[in-house]
Amino acid sequence: MSVPEKIKYLIIGNSAGGIGAAEAIREVDKKGTINVISDEPYPAYSRPLISDYLAGDYTVEKMLYRPVDFYEKNSIKTILGDKVIQLDTEKHTVKLESIKPLTYQKLLLATGGSPIIPRIEGNGLQGVFTFNKLDDARSIDEFLNRYTKKIRAVVIGGGLIGASVTEALLKREVKVTIVEMKDRILNTILDEETSAMEAEALVECGVEIITDHTAVSINSYFPGEVSGISLDDGRSIPCDMVVIAVGVQPRLDFIKNSGIKVNRGVIVDRQMQTSVADVYACGDVAEAFDFIYRENRLTPIWPNAYAGGRTAGRNMAGIPDKYPGGTAMNAVKYFGVKIVSAGLVVPPDESYETLREVHDHIYRKIILRDGKLAGMVFAGDIEKSGIVYNLMKDGTDVSSFKEAIISDDFGLTSLPDDIRQAKLATPPDKYISVVTSIEEPEEIVVEE
Amino acid sequence: MVCGNRLPHYFLQEGSMKRVYVNEDVCMGCHLCEIYCQLKHAKSKDLIKAFKKESPRPLPRLRVEEKGVLSLSSRCQHCDDAPCVQACLTGTLTRDPVSRLVTADSERCIGCGTCMLVCPLGALRMDTEHKKMVKCDLCQDEEIPVCVANCPNEALLYMEVPNGNDKLEKKELTQTQ
Repeated sequence: MSVPEKIKYLIIGNSAGGIGAAEAIREVDKKGTINVISDEPYPAYSRPLISDYLAGDYTVEKMLYRPVDFYEKNSIKTILGDKVIQLDTEKHTVKLESIKPLTYQKLLLATGGSPIIPRIEGNGLQGVFTFNKLDDARSIDEFLNRYTKKIRAVVIGGGLIGASVTEALLKREVKVTIVEMKDRILNTILDEETSAMEAEALVECGVEIITDHTAVSINSYFPGEVSGISLDDGRSIPCDMVVIAVGVQPRLDFIKNSGIKVNRGVIVDRQMQTSVADVYACGDVAEAFDFIYRENRLTPIWPNAYAGGRTAGRNMAGIPDKYPGGTAMNAVKYFGVKIVSAGLVVPPDESYETLREVHDHIYRKIILRDGKLAGMVFAGDIEKSGIVYNLMKDGTDVSSFKEAIISDDFGLTSLPDDIRQAKLATPPDKYISVVTSIEEPEEIVVEE
Repeated sequence: MVCGNRLPHYFLQEGSMKRVYVNEDVCMGCHLCEIYCQLKHAKSKDLIKAFKKESPRPLPRLRVEEKGVLSLSSRCQHCDDAPCVQACLTGTLTRDPVSRLVTADSERCIGCGTCMLVCPLGALRMDTEHKKMVKCDLCQDEEIPVCVANCPNEALLYMEVPNGNDKLEKKELTQTQ
């Protein structure tokens, strides 16, 4: 009997986190076997671009997150279109739906998130969609292609996913109504002012926004087909399709019964290791360190998945590395309104200080806690927002220049000398003096 | 280590990482670096045409900042472990394995601004006309980046990253301060 070969690095998930880990591993270990498993049949693609795909602006080829030869060049074996059904951490094996079990030395869980489906009547009808992956965009695309008449859609949930599907549907000339449970759209990533800006832009494009209400049922007139939805106040809205976009949850399927410690997501330490040896986790499935909340939290965003994946990958390859921590962080550009936010967007209590600057189409808000930045929302001009974000990430005390941060001419020159020079890595004097001594003889030559 | 437009190019080892550093003590805020950068990235390589005829006017890949007597010009430092590369949603930003430069494939850029939110220097610019990010490419077809070559006061230094390592460099820096 042949002993199955142990895969050195087994990665479950082929998106930002999985790729981040694979790239970090290859930087330090050129040879160790890497296998990547995904139930999606595609090479890694940029998930945020499914909106552009549905809008008709992008092809799958253009959505690829890495060049076509990425896997081959990095000797990464892919198992695509197959699903993990069981994990045995003691035996270090992973059972799949259609191929023989795999044995690993180090395992990464980068399974991502799955859409939350509220338990409402009619959620299984044809014409009810979610919008989290490429196949979702494809299904909606196929649905729209079947009709020549003007389609009406209801999007349940006014968060990031709701807004991006709305933007795509509008480009496909679909009439969209957004139903948001809270009092404003994009309420977790934007503050009141900026979410009003987005709402205004949406309404201008003909979107109807219903806030403070939930959908209680999806109705059907012709069997199997959507005819409308009913709201909690008894109102009904006729429509031909529904997109459920109320949020994502960690995809814990086979993880739940594996003995790995799970809260809302898989709990990881600063090395991105789970409670079980040799098993790591990152991305939307993991609860990793948030440097604003100073605790482990779900922050299901792309850049944090990649960064966490890198940390996991390095540790898996035996290079000790600590996850610097991430926080909620988003850049949105729906309907041409450019907004970035990070950390807190609304101060949780009176102990926080808020500074704000508003004029024309410029909006800057920072939230401070004990003199340090705890949150930011910038709209309009976002080019220099990174300077602010990094002050927040570094935990810099900004009390001596907090007013400058929200001013129009804020920049590197607004920072105290020591902070600025460290950022710019200004060359030490000795280098500059070396340069000067090289220059001097040449000056004399010029004078001749 | 090199400076100004008299570059002893032989001084540099092949494959070593070079950066543009600013000596803010001698920067006068003349904006010539910006102008030459704009010209370098303009369609027409003629100053008057680039500034008066080209629409949109070419964007500089660097930024000159002034406050009182302090002025400096900043651009992408092609960081090790570049946060923009890590944060990029689409794979637009990558590190070139050979040149070590952080390069942008503008075809893939959707102008979302995530890179701008994570850049510690605020060094990336938004081309609002094309809805894409633009950044410093260190003028790959030039011996020295044009901003450095045309700095009249040698405020810009094009030199090897000391020890080729960010962390060591910062340590060294604090030691000399």
